Amino acid sequence: MQLTRRNVLGLTAGAAAFAIAGGRISPAMASAEDAEKMVMDFTGGATPAEGKITLTAPEIAENGNTVPVSISVDSAMEGDDLVESVVIFADGNPNPAVATFHFTELSGEALATTRMRLAKTQNVIAVAKMKDGSFFMDKKQVKVTIGGCGG
Amino acid sequence: MKRLLVAGVVLAASLAGSGPIWADPVDDTLEIDGVPIVTRTAAPEGHPFDELYSGWLFREKETRDLSRDSFENPGMIAVEDGEAMWNTVEGTAGKSCASCHGDAAESMKGVGASFPKWDADSGRPINVELQINKCRTEQMGAEALPFNKGGQQELTAYIKHQSLGMPVKLDLTEGEMQSWWERGKDVYYTRTGQLNLACASCHEVAMGKMIRADHLSQGQVNGFPTYRLKSGLTSLHQRFRGCIRDTRAVQPDAFSDDLMALETYVTWRGTGLSVETPSVRQ
Amino acid sequence: MASKPRIKVPKSASAGEVITIKTLISHEMESGQRKDKDGNPIPRQIINKFTCTFEGQMVFQCDLDPAISANPYFEFNAKVPASGTFKFTWLDDDGSVYEAEAPIEVK
Repeated sequence: MQLTRRNVLGLTAGAAAFAIAGGRISPAMASAEDAEKMVMDFTGGATPAEGKITLTAPEIAENGNTVPVSISVDSAMEGDDLVESVVIFADGNPNPAVATFHFTELSGEALATTRMRLAKTQNVIAVAKMKDGSFFMDKKQVKVTIGGCGG
Repeated sequence: MKRLLVAGVVLAASLAGSGPIWADPVDDTLEIDGVPIVTRTAAPEGHPFDELYSGWLFREKETRDLSRDSFENPGMIAVEDGEAMWNTVEGTAGKSCASCHGDAAESMKGVGASFPKWDADSGRPINVELQINKCRTEQMGAEALPFNKGGQQELTAYIKHQSLGMPVKLDLTEGEMQSWWERGKDVYYTRTGQLNLACASCHEVAMGKMIRADHLSQGQVNGFPTYRLKSGLTSLHQRFRGCIRDTRAVQPDAFSDDLMALETYVTWRGTGLSVETPSVRQ
Repeated sequence: MASKPRIKVPKSASAGEVITIKTLISHEMESGQRKDKDGNPIPRQIINKFTCTFEGQMVFQCDLDPAISANPYFEFNAKVPASGTFKFTWLDDDGSVYEAEAPIEVK
């Protein structure tokens, strides 16, 4: 490739876009308020309590494309002491929704692990819905780093 | 000049506020499905480092853990695709890889640890990708696979994976391997691009330092094709070209003389480290 | 989707034991957020639902959003009441259904 001024500018602009969005063209990012609203939609307006649920995610993610996330809820998973579902939100992504897990007595334990995409450093939120209608929440900040040359 | 570059990297890292500017490779050991993996070893004679470190030691815990369990390693999907390709008949001769080579677990063991080798027919070093093409065109009556297409990376990953855990060891006494090694060394130390960087600028002089939030490794190649969290399965020549692009230089073609020489030299720089293919990196 | 889904289920368990299941499927999980090199949006195409059942009974289910990484991975637990078969299904936005199953024996 010949290095013309246009090429150089193109390269630089390309690199900048890459660095910002990690290779993704992103519209306006969701705000923390959007995520909060989605939590409220899930709980039907109830403020989730602390405790029972543990969200595990790395403090620093080496690449936002593949970030391991686990949830675990303290429950007998029998009779009335049952976790029905757990929803995960990321409050800095274009759309905060990440995943919803549904459990049954056959789940044995309310545990799940998956891998998610995070567009930037942000809070990851997990909310558990119990069979008795109560809600529990945990939240972790995950720092998403930008690599060396490639972004 | 070296000092100036290091100062630049250090300054950039501290401006970015990205924590420690030098971090040791971690003190951790790797076993993959019970196979012990050599991730640190004494360097061969004539090597600029005393000790060699796998890139695995420079990654965060979550990334390291993905390598430990072959089930959790997303690169193993590619290895399974490569296995299917190994058994697929292609070309006018009606043969698959397996028709001649049988069970890859037997016949390909050691291949991933000993390539590139000297190829007298072409008068240059040959790597696994080019050996696959040689078999396809000369034995199978099939088309050569274009770079990174048609399952080239997957089949290469499958073949190299058969050497998981074996120490990398090149035979530089064959043919003209030594002079290609010399040429590769020249490429390694030659600064290129608008950023005026050589391979050595980052992976030798600044090894262990942070380039923005990235922990610079020795740039070892014992895990290629590697699964990058950023972009999925990535071949060695794709990574070479990516690094060179990032220095804002004109990229040499995959499998060109310069990059075959570089593959030869850089593979030697990892002598004694275990084959980790497909490794998981950031 | 070229490859078979990968599943990891123990071959046997004791009655009532809680086991760990892992699954991994090859899929781009095109988020709908990206554009191609001409600037046109690439349409969303993801796996939107994953289900695990045991002998027809629901064990675990997940609704996936585009924020799930390429090659979706799940790890979860299951209580094994008796010998039987776990069935796994992945639903693609394009209507495709990918399936796998694994038997388990209660000793």
